[in-house]
Amino acid sequence: MRHVIDKRVPAAPPPVIQLRRITKAYGHGDAVVHALHGPEDPATGGPLGVSLDIEQGDFVAVMGSSGSGKSTLMNILGCLDVPTAGRYLLDGIDVGHLDEGQLALVRNRKIGFVFQSFNLIPRTTALAQVELPLAYAGVRAAERRRRALAALSLVGLAERAGHRPNQLSGGQQQRVAVARALVTAPAMLLADEPTGNLDSRSTEEVLDLVDALNATGRTVVLITHEDEVARHAKRVLRLVDGRIVDDVRQAPVDGPPPLLRDLGVTA
Amino acid sequence: MLRFAAGGLAANKVRSALTMLGVLIGVASVILLLAVGNGSSVAVKESITSLGTNSLTVSAGSAYGGARGAGSAKKLTVADAKALAADTDSTAIRSVAPVVTTSGTALYGDISYSPGSIVGTYPAYFETANQKVAHGEYFTDDDVLGSRKVAVLGATTAKQLFATEDPVGKRIVLGGTPFTVVGVLEAKGGTGFTDPDDVVIAPLPTVQNVFTGFGPVNQILVQANSADTTTAAQAEVTRVLLGTHAITDPTKADFRITNQASLLTARESTTKTFTVLLGAVAAISLLVGGIGITNIMLVTVTERTREIGIRKALGAPRAVILGQFLTESTLLSVLGAGLGVAVGIAGSHFSIVGIKPVVIPESVLGAFGIAVAIGLFFGSYPANRAASLRPIDALRHE
Ligand SMILES: Nc1ncnc2c1ncn2[C@@H]1O[C@H](COP(=O)(O)OP(=O)(O)O)[C@@H](O)[C@H]1O
Ligand SMILES: [Mg+2]
Repeated sequence: MRHVIDKRVPAAPPPVIQLRRITKAYGHGDAVVHALHGPEDPATGGPLGVSLDIEQGDFVAVMGSSGSGKSTLMNILGCLDVPTAGRYLLDGIDVGHLDEGQLALVRNRKIGFVFQSFNLIPRTTALAQVELPLAYAGVRAAERRRRALAALSLVGLAERAGHRPNQLSGGQQQRVAVARALVTAPAMLLADEPTGNLDSRSTEEVLDLVDALNATGRTVVLITHEDEVARHAKRVLRLVDGRIVDDVRQAPVDGPPPLLRDLGVTA
Repeated sequence: MLRFAAGGLAANKVRSALTMLGVLIGVASVILLLAVGNGSSVAVKESITSLGTNSLTVSAGSAYGGARGAGSAKKLTVADAKALAADTDSTAIRSVAPVVTTSGTALYGDISYSPGSIVGTYPAYFETANQKVAHGEYFTDDDVLGSRKVAVLGATTAKQLFATEDPVGKRIVLGGTPFTVVGVLEAKGGTGFTDPDDVVIAPLPTVQNVFTGFGPVNQILVQANSADTTTAAQAEVTRVLLGTHAITDPTKADFRITNQASLLTARESTTKTFTVLLGAVAAISLLVGGIGITNIMLVTVTERTREIGIRKALGAPRAVILGQFLTESTLLSVLGAGLGVAVGIAGSHFSIVGIKPVVIPESVLGAFGIAVAIGLFFGSYPANRAASLRPIDALRHE
């Protein structure tokens, strides 16, 4: 071990997400679509790919019109999809080198995913939904139940534990999905238009939850096309045709999210 | 996991029930059809062994059809039987009984009845033909020597003539001659067209005297010492009769020997073929049941592709997805097979096309095991497909 005293205090932890010249293409030949493109290569005119660092504890909103590549980016960040080219380092590990089993482990332990369409499992109670990631992590039944109930009370749905998706409102379903995403205490929460299908009241409820999670140190990446939602983020990225065209910081990384209503909470 | 699988099946009750029905029918038909095959072979075996397995029947006529040497064919005679009985070199032969068979009407009081056959023979016949007296006695060698007018009745004949009365000691009239009944035979029960219990057996000379005259006999029944020596006995009978008939070329023999043991093996092999055919039909229906499982599991996987995507996004390892669908398909087949076993065994209590099925225990275990294996095997393709889906493809599935 090297005993070098770093004079520049405090030392920033390495970025949790590092994208290096990531491209994603659909189709072949003339019909090829670069969902993730990045800047043009001055030499060839081809895509150079998207490069992006996201710090531990940041709250990033990704904005852009429909078809700009937001979901494509998110699916790659969540290890649900693989890029056509480029490197993705998650916590310093190159995800491209992981096999299927290790990827399942990464999705289970490091990432919590929230979808626009909730994606709850039909005919399954809220409690069972939230227990599911714990079951895949091999947590014992009693412990699983305890933690799932805790996560449900955190999103204010403890008394709905026995309800099935078709017995819950959209906002409640999305809060179950948030509880499911955070129950394994992942370092990173990825949300693809989590409020896209919700009315304004439910939107506020869900965003309050996300704010609170970020305030406790979770990294959050959230897709939206509503400015109202983006105002919750510390940093706002704007995508156009698979390129990052704008990158604005609204609040420092190591601080509370800008709109956090919960007074007294500090990072 | 079992709970998840049961839940998955319960979500589509009708579909699961129909799939199970396919397996049920397969398993039940394997068990039942094999039981029918087995039952018929048991029945054939019983009817043949009831004739006595170490008996040989010698009858007149060429073994190779009537045409050759038909003109010179000699009939079997009592002398032939006596030659067989007297031959000291024939160590495999235990007893010999010449047999004449005829028909006629029996009268008792005002009851008149025509028994299936009237047999004239020697006392050795009873043991050789596996005919046991249930009540009364056999007639004896003395009765034969004295041409006494005594008779032993088969169970059916006794019932027809005497109803509930005790026939022993009573007099019946056969062909105009009074006979004293000395015994009644045990009922053998028959599976064929002729009832073996519908018979009157009397001493040979008496029957010849009353009915047939002292000409040739119909058959000579030979009993070997044991079932193992029937082949040796057959060779001895051939040798002696070729001698008495003065035939040098054994292929020109003018008599035929049927061996109950060989008859038994021949019949057994036909019923075995029958059983194998039935089994094959049943196995095909089991296979069809298995294909039903594949079909339903493929539909289930397609229908639940999105769910698979969600589970994968939550970090479900491949093995868990695989296990879930395999558990479902195995549960389907185990339940279906279990019910099939129940139905098959219940069904085997009824007689089918006149055959009383006899369940083969191995077929129950085998059908159940094969059905479960089919569930695993045919379920593994859809399950594998589900497990190897990429999460994003599964999530995007409409
Ligand atoms: N599975 C796919 N096959 C082909 N093209 C796709 C696929 N997914 C996305 N695309 C294309 O990639 C581009 C970006 O899509 P997406 O990332 O979903 O956009 P956004 O989420 O920003 O609306 C679009 O042009 C879309 O048509
Ligand atoms: Mg999208």
